[in-house]
Amino acid sequence: MTIHFVVHDEGDSVGVVVVEGLKASNRISGWIMDQDKMIDFDAKSDIPIGHKLAVKPIKAGDAIIKYGVDIGKAIADIAPGEHLHVHNVKTKRW
Amino acid sequence: MGINLKDASFEGWRRENGRMGVRNYVLILPVDDISNAAAEGVARNIQGCLAIPHAYGRLQFGADLDLHFRTIIGTGCNPNVAAVVVIGIEPGWTGKVAEGIAATGKPVEAFSIEQNGDINTIAAASRAAYRMVRHATGLKRTRAPLQDLWVSTKCGESDTTSGLASCPTVGNSFDKLWENGNTLVFGETSEITGGEHLVAARCKTPEIRAEFMRMFDRYQAVIEANKTSDLSESQPTKGNIEGGLTTIEEKALGNIQKIGKKCTVDGVLDKAEMPTHPGLWFMDSSSAAAEMVTLCAASGFAVHTFPTGQGNVIGNPIVPVIKLTANPRTMRTMSEHVDVDVTGLLQKTMNMDDAGEALLDCILRTADGQATAAEILGHREFSLTRLYESA
Repeated sequence: MTIHFVVHDEGDSVGVVVVEGLKASNRISGWIMDQDKMIDFDAKSDIPIGHKLAVKPIKAGDAIIKYGVDIGKAIADIAPGEHLHVHNVKTKRW
Repeated sequence: MGINLKDASFEGWRRENGRMGVRNYVLILPVDDISNAAAEGVARNIQGCLAIPHAYGRLQFGADLDLHFRTIIGTGCNPNVAAVVVIGIEPGWTGKVAEGIAATGKPVEAFSIEQNGDINTIAAASRAAYRMVRHATGLKRTRAPLQDLWVSTKCGESDTTSGLASCPTVGNSFDKLWENGNTLVFGETSEITGGEHLVAARCKTPEIRAEFMRMFDRYQAVIEANKTSDLSESQPTKGNIEGGLTTIEEKALGNIQKIGKKCTVDGVLDKAEMPTHPGLWFMDSSSAAAEMVTLCAASGFAVHTFPTGQGNVIGNPIVPVIKLTANPRTMRTMSEHVDVDVTGLLQKTMNMDDAGEALLDCILRTADGQATAAEILGHREFSLTRLYESA
């Protein structure tokens, strides 16, 4: 079975797409690495390999959690399954 | 597999100062930019030597000049180098570089261009290079325990797969090498931003932690003083963003996977400074790939491990750079740049211990003489770090 995305830790708000050509509306399988669990999801955007999707509902201003650590803040609401990148998340440093 | 590191060994060259090298270069080393042409002239005349041209060495002063000398001398001192011809525009700084390298006990000769001209300098330096190639090619390889191998790491053109898989692979092998008593280094001060608390927590003593944080804070002050944006497209780079990394914090958390789970940070180094004991060292350094690998080489490291996501193609003139990736697109489109394929980690067809072992196996094969992708493709990036403008 193909793993379409990987989540570092089950507390994280994002997963990483690890296959090429992922399309919106695809039913996709994710692997939560630290807890070694599988989850199923619906992609809501076309997402390139390496890019992230939200795996939890995120509000503008929320911290984005990856590796169990704060990696930046949302500047827009992001629904589960949507593409999450520089258009809707910014650094808290610099 | 299961490599028993305590019994593992490699065949390299034991240098006069006791350090083990895994390559056997006769280096033609310019002190300054205007001596590049003479150095390259020697390398054209004499087969089996290597000129490493660079862009600097004139009118530098203070800490920036100290760093220039430390990097150039350190490069000559590296155990992958058997002998060195030093060429500079005038005899003073040329002699200073030659003396610094001669402290290792290896053959060094110095040549300066003023009052000789390029043609006479090239002729005299070519005769020296000829003798040195005879000397170096007559040296016998000797077997040494793996513990004698100094291994550095720095990642580049990272993406999200770097933090998921290729950087943790280095971390897995570093945990094993650290327990084995190897000398190791990581750095990239700016690229720890967002994970500095995690590195600080790994420092072995409060003194090392304070020094690490001083280096980290100093670098942040440089960025704050010079930035005109949030640095997006510089750090993370355009390539990082194309690969899915969104913020510096996210990039940093991937980066620091390279120091594994067990290693402590046993000391800190200034740029191109040499470690004084085994263990894992943090070097206050640039995050730019060629600069950082050049600094690791100048600190005496003999093999470099380089995780990449999007496919950084870097090499170094004197240190073999081993590249690994977990990105299947990078494997599909540019596999000639990759030494260790860990894409299986993301499909659970490979576990982290297997990946760490595959990297260790490649490190041992490289130390024994197998050419890396970067060596075969002729990547010899030699990039000196500058601290500020010339005088």
